[in-house]
Amino acid sequence: MATFKDFRNDVKPNWCPGCGDFSVQAAIQRAAANLGLEPHQLAVISGIGCSGRISGYIHSYGFHGTHGRALPLAQGVKMANRNLTVIAAGGDGDGFAIGMGHTIHAIRRNIDITYIVMDNQIYGLTKGQTSPRSDVGFKTKSTPQGSVEPALSIMEIALSAGATFVAQSFSSDLKELTSLIEEGIKHKGFSLINVFSPCVTYNKVNTYDWFKENLVKVSDIEGYDPSDRAMAMQTVMKYKGLVTGLIYQNKEQKSYQELLHGYSETPLTEADLRLSKEKFEELVAEFM
Amino acid sequence: MIHQLSWKVGGQQGEGIESTGEIFSIALNRLGYYLYGYRHFSSRIKGGHTNNKIRVSTTPVRSIADDLDILVAFDQESIDFNFHELRDGGIVIADAKFNPTIPEDRNVTLYAVPFTDIATNLGTSLMKNMVAVGASSAVLDIDISAYQEVVQEIFGRKGQQVVEKNMEAIRAGAQYMKEQLGDRMQTMKLAKADGKKRMFMIGNDAIALGALAGGARFMAAYPITPASEIMEYLIKKLPELGGAVIQTEDEIAACTMAIGANYAGVRAFTASAGPGLSLMVESIGLAGMTETPLVIVDTQRGGPSTGLPTKQEQSDLMAMIYGTHGEIPKIVMAPSTVQEAFYDTAEAFNLAEEYQCPVIVLSDLQLSLGKQTVEPLEYDKIEIRRGKLVTGELPPLEKKGNFKRYEVTEDGISPRVLPGTPNGIHHVTGVEHAETGTPSEAAANRKAQMDKRLRKLKNIQFNTPVHKNVKHDEADLLIVGFLSTRGAIEEAIERLEQDGVKVNHAHIRLLHPFPTEEVLPLVEAAKKVVVVEQNATGQLANILKMNVGHAEKIVNVLKYDGNPFLPNEVYTKCKELL
Ligand SMILES: Cc1ncc(C[n+]2csc(CCOP(=O)(O)OP(=O)(O)O)c2C)c(N)n1
Ligand code: SF4
Ligand SMILES: [Mg+2]
Repeated sequence: MATFKDFRNDVKPNWCPGCGDFSVQAAIQRAAANLGLEPHQLAVISGIGCSGRISGYIHSYGFHGTHGRALPLAQGVKMANRNLTVIAAGGDGDGFAIGMGHTIHAIRRNIDITYIVMDNQIYGLTKGQTSPRSDVGFKTKSTPQGSVEPALSIMEIALSAGATFVAQSFSSDLKELTSLIEEGIKHKGFSLINVFSPCVTYNKVNTYDWFKENLVKVSDIEGYDPSDRAMAMQTVMKYKGLVTGLIYQNKEQKSYQELLHGYSETPLTEADLRLSKEKFEELVAEFM
Repeated sequence: MIHQLSWKVGGQQGEGIESTGEIFSIALNRLGYYLYGYRHFSSRIKGGHTNNKIRVSTTPVRSIADDLDILVAFDQESIDFNFHELRDGGIVIADAKFNPTIPEDRNVTLYAVPFTDIATNLGTSLMKNMVAVGASSAVLDIDISAYQEVVQEIFGRKGQQVVEKNMEAIRAGAQYMKEQLGDRMQTMKLAKADGKKRMFMIGNDAIALGALAGGARFMAAYPITPASEIMEYLIKKLPELGGAVIQTEDEIAACTMAIGANYAGVRAFTASAGPGLSLMVESIGLAGMTETPLVIVDTQRGGPSTGLPTKQEQSDLMAMIYGTHGEIPKIVMAPSTVQEAFYDTAEAFNLAEEYQCPVIVLSDLQLSLGKQTVEPLEYDKIEIRRGKLVTGELPPLEKKGNFKRYEVTEDGISPRVLPGTPNGIHHVTGVEHAETGTPSEAAANRKAQMDKRLRKLKNIQFNTPVHKNVKHDEADLLIVGFLSTRGAIEEAIERLEQDGVKVNHAHIRLLHPFPTEEVLPLVEAAKKVVVVEQNATGQLANILKMNVGHAEKIVNVLKYDGNPFLPNEVYTKCKELL
């Protein structure tokens, strides 16, 4: 059986020392091993950004696509081969700016993949511009006077878009993050895991220390029930989104693939490409 | 007795004009006539003039006719808009309800028939279309029993009574003509057809069926005119084969999802028109760079921007050949008939896998929506070829993560392993990469990988890249075209030849890589080269000049008013150029 080391490759990440993304990579590797996956059974599909590089640092199948399009790529992969474990990954700009349309629709479509966002509240790769997750007043190269746009509350958006699995974590908390990724992969449907993953180079506000001070675990909130959507929404609003853990899970809702009429239970990649002669004649006759 | 007829029905959109044309033409197709139908419509649901022009013949036809024998009109606008097309001796059959009038200076007969009143008396004015079908049949001397089967198929699920009522309306229309006009009725007796059963379909049906036959089991698309029929057909049929269609949030998602699915190993595609293709440009580059097979159908319509959404044009050519930043290998093909649309779409999936690159199947509105009689499609002609796809087991890799997905090979094509395969792990990225897929900016590697990608299409194997009709070693004219103009060009050539002009014809089926070796000798053998195309800047002519030279003898015949070329227009323009 594969261990997390089997999910390592010999490519040296080009991330800055201390970047939060290292731990996300480690958490994915551990979660995959803990679930008993073999490297060839996993496909990591990523967008563009510092975070997008992650698919190249994991020994599994990986596709590093275009900026903001990890989700359509990943959904295509999963639709083609439902036996693969598919993880989509990228940055906050990737998923919540250029790719926001795909994010909302992937959430409501509910295809069985896991989406991990490395949320550093900034654009890392392009050297420090504001992101939809940056707070008001946040000074960056593109907002020298401080951002005047409010940060997007992704937890609230996911909940209202009908997400069936919403989690948030912090890259320092490898244990929680690993377990949430495992739960996300096991979840039948779309799972969103937003990870506070500090950019040590360009974000001097939302630092490791800042998160340690400000984050609250939902498991520490008395009576918190992740199956209660209204409670999830209220809690997220109350703590201004600075909560971690399993925020919400709907175990009843069937995934897109389970609901889709006629969709093959075996992977489409195994389908016979040739139509039978009978089927062909039948189709042709409909036009006569 | 006539062997060919041009019939048109016109009225307000949403009034059942389409079903009038449908019932009329399906019945005639089943009698063994060859048909070619073209709908004129606009981008609204109710209201606005629409018409359906149908050519009926005892021999194959590939274009709409220059003129009109019979016009069936449901309003005065239909007469005013289409009257000029009527030939001398033509007939207008119009609903008496609106007191139709026609210009008096022409030798055209008007029959005012109470379509609406007859239908209302039979139960509902909705059946006025059926009355019109019956009236037309009387003029053509077609027995109305020809409609029984079609009416049954269309109205059967609404109950037998509805079927009977509609047949009654057809009968009443025919009877009215016979009783009221008797011997005074001018007839256009159609010669009997051969009674053979042939398919009758629009290009989009053929594209969709071709995709199924070519092994496509997944489609991602976003609705758009004139491409939606492809998706709508597959939404009905793919589930029967276990496959799926996803209507995505936009064309960026559609194209990218198709790339993801192809990467994972299913044959997947998307279809759209210009506005959608503009959004796909980013992902086309991704497929080119990552060497992922991808099939895209572009059913061209009038551009730019939203342009003329429901009108004919061929102006995406340059965008399809060059659209994406950087340089990638890409195949752009252009079927010219409905049959070809079927075979070419199926073949596109083979080419995409063999050359591991995007393949664009170009169509145009006239080909996509024009409804034609199609000779039998042959099952045995369909091949499934998957190129260098690695199937079966792979030996363990010496080192982790180093399957050479982008191995530099002589033909530029590398072995392709699907995710899920043990010992095949590799990385795929739109960033320049080494043979294993790991990002690399090294100069030597960049050059090696770029050369490798572009080398793939150097020796492309493509069945009939140019459809040639070459009767003359030395020709006065070489007419060059692509896509749906083929029929109009062929008819123009017949007339030119009758006038003693020596004309060769090259209809380009592979637009990129351009089949220079096939076309150059034809250009050299012609005094003048006329490029007939439906755009304003002469895009195909420019492609021709770029690839074969001889700019001095290449002239444009262009049309970009939204309507298809008529044979006569091509003929007249060519005459002027002689
Ligand atoms: C279409 C397009 N626009 C712009 C870029 C440039 N670009 C690359 S990454 C990026 C944003 C990165 O921010 P984020 O997604 O948060 O990832 P991070 O680097 O912070 O991990 C941008 C704007 C691009 N690659 N493609
Ligand atoms: S710039 Fe920021 S996000 Fe990018 S690698 Fe460095 S620390 Fe990480
Ligand atoms: Mg970021």
